[in-house]
Amino acid sequence: MIVGERKPMEEIEAMIDPFEKIIVLGCRECVTVCSAGGEKEVGILSAALRLSREQKGRTIEIKEFALERQCDHEYIEQIRSMVPNYQAVLSMACGAGVQFVAEFYPEIPVLPAINTNFIGVTEEQGYWTERCQACGNCVLHLTGGICPVSRCSKSLLNGPCGGSSDGKCEVNKEIVCGWQLIIERLKSLGQLERYEEYIPIKDWSTSRDGGPRKVVREDLRL
Amino acid sequence: MSEESFEPKIVAFCCHYCAYTAADLAGSMRLQYPPNVRIIRLPCTGKVDVLHLLRAFEDGADGVYVAGCMEGDCHFINGNFRAKKRVHYAKKLLDEIGFGGDRLEMFNMSAAMGPRFAEVAKEMVERIKKLGPSPIKKAKAQKGGDES
Repeated sequence: MIVGERKPMEEIEAMIDPFEKIIVLGCRECVTVCSAGGEKEVGILSAALRLSREQKGRTIEIKEFALERQCDHEYIEQIRSMVPNYQAVLSMACGAGVQFVAEFYPEIPVLPAINTNFIGVTEEQGYWTERCQACGNCVLHLTGGICPVSRCSKSLLNGPCGGSSDGKCEVNKEIVCGWQLIIERLKSLGQLERYEEYIPIKDWSTSRDGGPRKVVREDLRL
Repeated sequence: MSEESFEPKIVAFCCHYCAYTAADLAGSMRLQYPPNVRIIRLPCTGKVDVLHLLRAFEDGADGVYVAGCMEGDCHFINGNFRAKKRVHYAKKLLDEIGFGGDRLEMFNMSAAMGPRFAEVAKEMVERIKKLGPSPIKKAKAQKGGDES
């Protein structure tokens, strides 16, 4: 899932300062699961914003709403009749959601309430970690199911660097060395010989280096 | 509203298995405690959510507290620890927006601690009296004063 976290209140308050009627728009997908921008977080943020405003002697009218997704046309359409009655949309979706809502409603400012962090997993309740950088060319079959692109700080493809010590990364002792994990996993799979295989230089054009990406499936297009 | 005549409105979220029963006991013992405290009974403080705490303030509470079982004695094992973390989060949020996290607190007591319940109620009322009316009420009073 896409993992995010709410921006500091100060930043959000500054963003919405000129407005008196806003929609706080949640998303029921990834950001609901990581408790950053779901229906509940919409309620909490809206309550905090009202408290903050009212104590300054100002008012704010907030429409609390959550869409099934903010990355699909049909759901974004659901707020079309609402939008003309408000001055801004404060979206609690990931960066993709914020932008897509903005594309649909060019007449109204659409502001981000959360910072989008990474594609990751829930290790335990309240604890999320990164697993994928969407490089567009998966090598997990070669590396024991552990991603060297996202788990190694340098995204090295052939073994750990000199900064790996006691299984930890030199960037931060809390980061486990991705390549240490890969070697241990290959050992337990009885595939350590794979470690000897050389992975050629990766073509990063499928990643961000090739500019904004797209996927087109002609069989699915209408 | 002058500071002296200010009688705060305080909402207390109380666990059924401890603080709520302690309040009952305080009553049976004929203990006096300030009438400013409005009690909301919960099946466990683990039921309390950040949203409930903020809504209480939005609806005019000057102070809010959550009263759960002694640490380690929760009927549902760790509900009071969950409440403690949520109260901490809400306090931080209230500080962030300048409302004041001090207006919110978490207490622990057992069902046998009637006197402690009365003491906590007094303690919280005194604290909120010192802090004054909720910033929302202050702003409204000031606005009313400016207009008149």
